[in-house]
Amino acid sequence: MTEELFKRMAQSVIDGEAEEAAALARQALELGVDPLEAINKGFTAGMDVVGELYSCGEYFLPDLILGGEAMKAALAVLEPALKASGQAREVLGRVVLGTVKGDIHEIGKSLVGSMLSANGFEVYDLGIDVAAETFVAQAQERKADIVALSALLTTTMLYQRDVIEHLAEAGLRDRVKVMVGGSPVTQAWADQIGADGFAEDAAGAVAVAKRLMGR
Amino acid sequence: MIRPKLEFLSPETVRRAIDEAYELLWDPGVRVHYDEALRLLGDAGATVDMSSRVARIPRSLAEKAVETAPSSFYLYNLDGEPVVHYGGDDVHFDPGSAAIEIADYEARQSRVPVTADCEDFVRVAEMLPQIDALATSIVCGDVPQSMADWYRLYLLLLYGRKPIVTGTFAIETFAIMHELLVTVAGSAEALAEKPRAVFDVCPSPPLLWSDITCANLIDCARTGVPAELVSMPLMGATGPATVIGSAVQHAAECLSGITIHQLAKPGSPIVWGGSPASFDMRTGTTPMGAMATMMLDCTYTQIGKAIKPGGLPTHAYLGMSDTKIVDAQTGLESAAGAILGALAGVNMMSGPGMMDFESCFSLEKLVIDAEIVGMAKRLVAGVDDSEEPLALHVMREVGHAGNFLKSKHTRRSFRKEDYIPSEVIDRDFRQTWFDKGALDINARAHRKVRELIAAYEPPPLAAEVVRELVAIATRHAQAVGLDRLPARTIER
Ligand code: B12
Repeated sequence: MTEELFKRMAQSVIDGEAEEAAALARQALELGVDPLEAINKGFTAGMDVVGELYSCGEYFLPDLILGGEAMKAALAVLEPALKASGQAREVLGRVVLGTVKGDIHEIGKSLVGSMLSANGFEVYDLGIDVAAETFVAQAQERKADIVALSALLTTTMLYQRDVIEHLAEAGLRDRVKVMVGGSPVTQAWADQIGADGFAEDAAGAVAVAKRLMGR
Repeated sequence: MIRPKLEFLSPETVRRAIDEAYELLWDPGVRVHYDEALRLLGDAGATVDMSSRVARIPRSLAEKAVETAPSSFYLYNLDGEPVVHYGGDDVHFDPGSAAIEIADYEARQSRVPVTADCEDFVRVAEMLPQIDALATSIVCGDVPQSMADWYRLYLLLLYGRKPIVTGTFAIETFAIMHELLVTVAGSAEALAEKPRAVFDVCPSPPLLWSDITCANLIDCARTGVPAELVSMPLMGATGPATVIGSAVQHAAECLSGITIHQLAKPGSPIVWGGSPASFDMRTGTTPMGAMATMMLDCTYTQIGKAIKPGGLPTHAYLGMSDTKIVDAQTGLESAAGAILGALAGVNMMSGPGMMDFESCFSLEKLVIDAEIVGMAKRLVAGVDDSEEPLALHVMREVGHAGNFLKSKHTRRSFRKEDYIPSEVIDRDFRQTWFDKGALDINARAHRKVRELIAAYEPPPLAAEVVRELVAIATRHAQAVGLDRLPARTIER
């Protein structure tokens, strides 16, 4: 019976049905299913299928994003129960993400955020036009493993360096990895400003984040 | 004579799209992250929530703004001639804007451009007769980036004669760019009277006016320098996934911009423009060469022409490609866009020379695109049927002998009956082509680039104007820590 439930959970993610996923999560709690099992055997299994379908070209970004949203809806229901039982789901890393000061380009950054959370990272999206001080404060407060900086303008990519300097001043630099991206950003720029990682798209961002976490 | 014209929407659908756009201005309204604009809107009767910074604009208010916005205006060249007419179905082309990189033909890769690249760009763009206006297409990497936006304009003003499509990267730089333009025009009044440049101003999809773009919009209105709205819903990402849905969003963003702009100064010129794109759902890129991108451009153009009697001036990013090098895909995408936009009567198309999702500029592509532009302009000139009779006279004159090359009618007609391309377009006999080195279009275009650069001569500009431009640029460069401007390769 629980096997059947796990299957439906996976399917809700594959179909990108957030309400269905949340309902199934509630059902699991009512039935006394272990929340961690529901996550791992149900919803995450579904996310894996979504990832495979995307890789082989059958699924597209909206399928991926909606799958991630379904996953999130389920986690919102299950996480309080998980905490109460003293367990924690496996999180690959905590990422504080944002578009740097003076820059209002949003979509690329958000896409990176969605992909990271769909792949098991906990993402705190600070939005756009984010000051270096805010990145530092949030990195501290959220106990971030990674600070991810997006910049789409040749004028604003300079602020990526700024944030790295601020992190160093706050004494966080050896605890926090920094990854950078956005259309004018290159590996050479990342090297120049001493960032730990760069990727040119969201899928690459996941790979880099995993590498930075030693995965 | 019929001007060939492309329209996607029935009059009924145009009306519905416009109605829905006006409705969006009220519910959910537009977000405006700039207090002065919120104040203008509030004072004029919009419902403004200062905490969420949402303005709900009543239809009557937006309609009044559309009414006061002029249906047409001209851009002027250095000599004060009205060479670009924004209005009606006239079509013009300028190179695409603000590339991050330049395709280096010799190195076979793209790289960050420097001052010398921008100079070569002006030389080539000035020399191509098909290209009607310059654009601040090259962002130089050899100056501090906080001066990168106005520095492009400075170089164009030093070396160019054509009108200019430009834009700022920040609030403060508008004043510097205006100062540079005024220096060449003689006075702020002279500049407003005969504007040399138009400023791109981009609302953020969906329905948001950032402080930067809002400030630019108001500055343009008050100085009388034309503003060009560049609304860019990305289908399925920052706008509805349908062409018609994104066209409605585009219309709402433009209407809100026109309202703010006309409240700042009624009657100031403003363009119904944009750079929307389809969204590639596999890669997450914003393809400018996609068919839906071009259809959306043409669709919103039709709406802009119908927004009031006489319409508004229109603009679109068309004639671009997403390739990283110049190849067959580059040609197919660029030609499709330029031709469709010309048929739709887009007054200004920004795109020639641009590739890689607006990220990269290629001089070779610019030269090839100039040929596309030549063909597109020929296309919309239509089939001339003004001769009476149409053919009887010349057919009877030549008779069965059949050699029309001898006919005066041929000599009189052929130059205007077809667009005559440069040698960039291959029309050689086969052996001749081999004998000339068997060059592909990229190589032929590169050769043409070198020729144009060599043939360019700077237009006459009074010595004191040059001195003043240099002084202004030096002063503002020093303010951001650059003691000396990069060396120039063109004598002035
Ligand atoms: C859409 C767009 C806008 C929209 C953004 C809407 C929104 N809500 O986000 C709006 C209209 C607001 C806009 C405004 C402007 N824009 Co703009 N914009 C674009 C455009 C066309 C597409 C960007 C995009 O969304 N792409 C799709 C997403 C999915 O891709 P992406 O952002 O590149 O992100 C991917 C990767 O880069 C990477 N990535 C991104 N961030 C990160 C972070 C990390 C850590 C990692 C690892 C990876 C990563 O992964 C992402 C997902 O795959 C680009 C063109 C281009 N080639 O980038 C111009 C572009 C970036 N804009 C440009 C300009 C000039 C401007 C303006 C200054 C124009 C003006 N005068 O008003 C203003 C800037 C205002 C400001 N201060 O920010 C220029 C920049 C030129 C330069 N030399 O810097 C470009 C290149 C266009 C051009 N050639 O003119 N723009």
